[in-house]
Amino acid sequence: MLMTHILLRHRDIPDINKLNVYKSNGGFEAFKKVVTKMKPGEVTDAVKASGLRGRGGAGFPTGVKWSFIDNKIWPHYVVANADESEPGTFKDREIMESNPFQFLEGVAIASYAVGANAAYVYLRGEFWQVAKFLDEKIAEMGEAGVLGENLFGTDYSLHIYTHLGAGAYICGEETAMLESIEGKRGTPRIRPPFPAVYGLYGKPTVVNNVETLTNLPMILANGADWYKNMGTPDSAGVKVFSLSGRVRKPGNYELPFGTTFRQLIYEHGGGVQEGRPVKAIMPAGASSSFIAADEKVLDTQMDYAAVRTLGADLGSASVIVIDDTVSMDWVINKTIHFFKHESCGKCTPCREGTYWMMHLIEDIRDGGHSTDNVDLLLNVAKQMQNKCLCPLGEFSTMAVVTGIERFAQDFTK
Amino acid sequence: MTKQVTLTIDGKQVTVPDGMLVVDAAKEAGIDIPVFCYHPKMEPVGMCRMCLVEIGRPVMDRTTGKPILDDKGEPKLQFLPKLETACTNPVSEGMVVYTQSEKAEAGQKSTIEFLLTSHPLDCPICDKGGECPLQNLTMAYGPGKSRFLFDEKMHLAKMVPLGELIYLDQERCIQCARCIRFQDEVAGDAVLGFDERGRSTQIVSLSDPGFDSVFSGNTTDICPVGALTTADFRFGARPWELSSSASICSQCPVGCNITFNTRREAMSDGKIVIKRVMPRQNEEVNEIWMCDKGRFAYHYAESEKRLSKPLIRKDGKLSRASWDAATQAAGEAIAKAKKDLVVLASGRLSNEDLFNLKSFADQVEGKAVLYTHMGGGDLVSLVGVGQGTNFGAMGAGTTIVVVASDLYEEAPVWYLRVKQAVQRGAALIVANPRETKLDRYASFVIRYSYGDEVRTVHDLTKKGKVGDAFAKAENAVILFGSDGLGLDGSTALATACARALNDTEHAGKPNNGLIGVWQRANDQGAWEIGFRPEENLVGALKGKTVYVVGADPAGDDPALVRALHGTEFVIAQDLFETETAKLADVVLPAQAYTEREGTFTSGERRVQRFYPAVPALDGTRPDFAITSQVARQASVILEGTSASVVFDILAEDIKSFAGLNYAKLAEVKPQRPIVGRGDLYYGGTTYENKFGLGVQLSSAADRSEKFTLPRVQKVEELRPKEKKLLAVPVTKLYDRGVTVESAKLLNQRIGEAFVALHPSAAEQLGVEAGERVKLSLDGVSEDVVVKIDETISTGVVLVPRSMGLPISAPAEASLKAAKKVSVRA
Ligand SMILES: Cc1cc2nc3c(=O)[nH]c(=O)nc-3n(C[C@H](O)[C@H](O)[C@H](O)COP(=O)(O)O)c2cc1C
Ligand code: SF4
Ligand code: SF4
Ligand code: SF4
Ligand code: FES
Repeated sequence: MLMTHILLRHRDIPDINKLNVYKSNGGFEAFKKVVTKMKPGEVTDAVKASGLRGRGGAGFPTGVKWSFIDNKIWPHYVVANADESEPGTFKDREIMESNPFQFLEGVAIASYAVGANAAYVYLRGEFWQVAKFLDEKIAEMGEAGVLGENLFGTDYSLHIYTHLGAGAYICGEETAMLESIEGKRGTPRIRPPFPAVYGLYGKPTVVNNVETLTNLPMILANGADWYKNMGTPDSAGVKVFSLSGRVRKPGNYELPFGTTFRQLIYEHGGGVQEGRPVKAIMPAGASSSFIAADEKVLDTQMDYAAVRTLGADLGSASVIVIDDTVSMDWVINKTIHFFKHESCGKCTPCREGTYWMMHLIEDIRDGGHSTDNVDLLLNVAKQMQNKCLCPLGEFSTMAVVTGIERFAQDFTK
Repeated sequence: MTKQVTLTIDGKQVTVPDGMLVVDAAKEAGIDIPVFCYHPKMEPVGMCRMCLVEIGRPVMDRTTGKPILDDKGEPKLQFLPKLETACTNPVSEGMVVYTQSEKAEAGQKSTIEFLLTSHPLDCPICDKGGECPLQNLTMAYGPGKSRFLFDEKMHLAKMVPLGELIYLDQERCIQCARCIRFQDEVAGDAVLGFDERGRSTQIVSLSDPGFDSVFSGNTTDICPVGALTTADFRFGARPWELSSSASICSQCPVGCNITFNTRREAMSDGKIVIKRVMPRQNEEVNEIWMCDKGRFAYHYAESEKRLSKPLIRKDGKLSRASWDAATQAAGEAIAKAKKDLVVLASGRLSNEDLFNLKSFADQVEGKAVLYTHMGGGDLVSLVGVGQGTNFGAMGAGTTIVVVASDLYEEAPVWYLRVKQAVQRGAALIVANPRETKLDRYASFVIRYSYGDEVRTVHDLTKKGKVGDAFAKAENAVILFGSDGLGLDGSTALATACARALNDTEHAGKPNNGLIGVWQRANDQGAWEIGFRPEENLVGALKGKTVYVVGADPAGDDPALVRALHGTEFVIAQDLFETETAKLADVVLPAQAYTEREGTFTSGERRVQRFYPAVPALDGTRPDFAITSQVARQASVILEGTSASVVFDILAEDIKSFAGLNYAKLAEVKPQRPIVGRGDLYYGGTTYENKFGLGVQLSSAADRSEKFTLPRVQKVEELRPKEKKLLAVPVTKLYDRGVTVESAKLLNQRIGEAFVALHPSAAEQLGVEAGERVKLSLDGVSEDVVVKIDETISTGVVLVPRSMGLPISAPAEASLKAAKKVSVRA
């Protein structure tokens, strides 16, 4: 159990969102150290050594991602992914609202490491207040001399800009986000080329999640080993788990990787409402596969590898708890409608498939759960899999396939 | 040469250039991978997921860099768990592709099934039915049976005008974005976009007026469904009822290769008529594109107003006569006139027509005068462009200069090709007295004042950034036009251009030399054959016997009406009873070029054949045949039965045509991309070229002939004078020419006759854009609409050609604000 927070430090230090408070608690020291004492490559190596993995969903090793950046093409950019649109995910918002400087310092460190002189924070449109708040904080940093030209007396310069989306989940997908920043429709690009080679305005770009970036000042301040000592061998460090669903105390919980579902739900989340049993867990928000809960599952230590053994992905660790009052056809009706609404429409299987699935689940729920329709729904979802242009289309099928396969009884009323 | 890689597709080994996409490599191997969004002329986007295939790549040993072998000694292959899109993956050495495996076919089938869940399947009433990629691919790859409940199909608007030329059927659209990408990437007019998202995604026009691009028709060719249709062809015919004939567009000097689709038409009294015009592939001319003027301005040949009987003036009135009587009257008049004959013909005519006319004039020692406002074609024959010139092959190392021409309006497909060359790395210098659309692609924009053309071109050979870009370029081409120029001005400009090219050794080789942006399709052909314009046309006609063919001087200029009144005898040969015909002594009804065969010489000096598409209107004859008949009456014997024989004689007579004949012009060779193999989904409905790519003429420089270029003649520089306005002629694509006027569809784009003024000139007159002024020019005054152009100088007023305003060269004009009438609706 953690004594103090590493990411949600505002819970330990009041007013850390004020520049002087942040500074008096060691703020910007890490950034100053890297700019004045370290070569960019050394920063990348330190992050590699820490074992930090991306918190945006895929869990890709952050330092490794940085090392892919193409040094033959310039300029480079860093984009902080603050789109946070996954239903059930609400961690980045808390970080940005309450511990903004640590996040922005993380952006600055990442920018230095990859040689970017401009970084963008891309926020979902609904976060316009957060964006305004961050703009103020960015301005304060500029006044304090930690952003701008010739930082700390070196020739390194950095500017950070916020950019608001216009209300599309798909803009959390990194290439759609880049299109959106460029002023185009936010629809995913074909990959490869990856952003590290062809990113924002066609230039090498690193995209990292807010939480990923917020780890950086602490890692650079305390060292890779310190960080690695937390968490599990597969997944180093701490994670903010967004807990929601039928729990008594939903909210963000910053815990080391390796915390069990049981600890999260019962010790931190206060257990299930009305003391009911956990029926299913969606570990990654609406994009999740359902895990059918049993004792073994509840005792599984949450990290990227372990959750995969349960036939699901940890993703952004947005743990939605479902109890036995909830029927799975109701849940997938929600997820399908969400994805049908959010499909960007660029590729055929997702554009047409989500629409078709929506009709089928509505028919199933209105029309007495005909097994033909359930079979067809399962078949359509599987037919979409592995064919979409971007992961959103695949996400839309996860709950459907695992819901029908793992909770067949809920579809045979 | 680029590196070649060898891969195996469905068991077939293919060797193709490195970097080629799997889908194109398969095409080379004769294997068709189904596609919807992919188009070989545009960047791949991988959206539709139709081209799903299995791709295996050899596993490489990191240390040796060699493929790891399995127990059988074969390279070990790695397949992704997912199917991959053949349209986005480039080939690599040793790659193995399965396009028809069980897994691949299941993937392709699923995409069709998904597409059909929202598709109306109104094939029986769809214009695309019969040549529809979705229809064809459904038959070949689809599931055959729908699992989607019919009641839940989307129902959307079936007739959404994107502009007045193109309609969208929202139900049929499969969101492949080909139309958007064509407009963005190929045409450079980014006027289409997607609105909404997911299943609500819809194509919208982003411009005002709607779909504001002269290339809009091409989107209907490449739309893989019947979502985009032209207002012209919409519900016009079923594709399988159509016959096709190869032809050449006659609207401008580009010479786009086209196909006329024809059908017997109840609405036209059972006559066989043209139903639509489609592009025909010629990668060296128009690729697979054409402009909307070429596509829609073909209705004139069906006009009720066509002449079908010869006319002879009797007692002051034109009355019907027999061919024998009419040709005899004409022939006798010419026999009497001898060297007092003036043949006045235009580049609307074919090479064969012009050759017969020129031979006729020569034999009676008369004069063959080209009816044009633009000079310099003789210089083009000298300095090129060189044989083998192809905009499609220009890129880095080539400098293209465009001077005194608004290419988008005057020769749209050249605009497109120049833009493409720039995107491949060619340098572009645009020198114009006003802003044109091409400016945005230019490396250098030169803005000179009307009258400074020659000096501007002269500066190209001087040291400096622009001069170096031109003079030091490996290859250089100049396209010169006549923006603001009359005959003498454009001749001087052409001379300056020819000299600049010659001095910098940019002549006599491919991708070098001079191109005239002529007003008519075959102006260059007329120059080659020996027609020359007449500086003082009014004077040249005085007291002569004038044989006017394919031109309407009286309709263009009141001064020429007067001149024609002062002639001895006038013979008019035309499709219509033009103003000139109305004052002629003999009128001879000619065939439209769509009714006969012949050849045109394009601005790039490519001689190309056109073939008969529709039966000739009863009573009409081809121009070359009429000329032969008239000549016979004047005891001159000319070939009059076969266009191809006329051409043979022409080729013997005219050096640049030496060795050519109809068979040579009809030769084809393989072209990339491969289109027209019945795989409409790959390239679109453009026609494969089976009837000839044409042959480019050699220039004197190509033949290493010695020639001296004339000095640049000093032109009386007309400059705006204090308190006076200088009217300068400019060319618009959609004008009041007879071809455009008869195309009702385009009429809306023509608009009213206008003048364009500098804002401060307008202010002085007290008028605003859209208001009317009275223009007095050449003794005529007309009410015209005011447009504003900030990029011209205050003393000039732009006057469009062929809009009923008498302007052939710069001239003094005056403007008066018309009485204000409220035009607000
Ligand atoms: C449909 C979709 C939505 C996504 N939404 C988010 C998001 O809201 N926030 C986020 O950080 N990453 C999101 N991602 C993941 C990003 O594409 C990207 O992988 C991530 O920002 C990389 O940062 P990381 O390496 O720090 O995890 C999304 C991905 C997909 C396919
Ligand atoms: S999978 Fe869905 S969201 Fe992703 S590109 Fe395709 S349509 Fe757009
Ligand atoms: S209108 Fe045609 S070309 Fe355009 S997106 Fe729809 S289907 Fe594709
Ligand atoms: S560019 Fe010229 S030749 Fe080509 S279609 Fe248009 S008018 Fe005809
Ligand atoms: S995805 Fe390859 S053709 Fe559309």
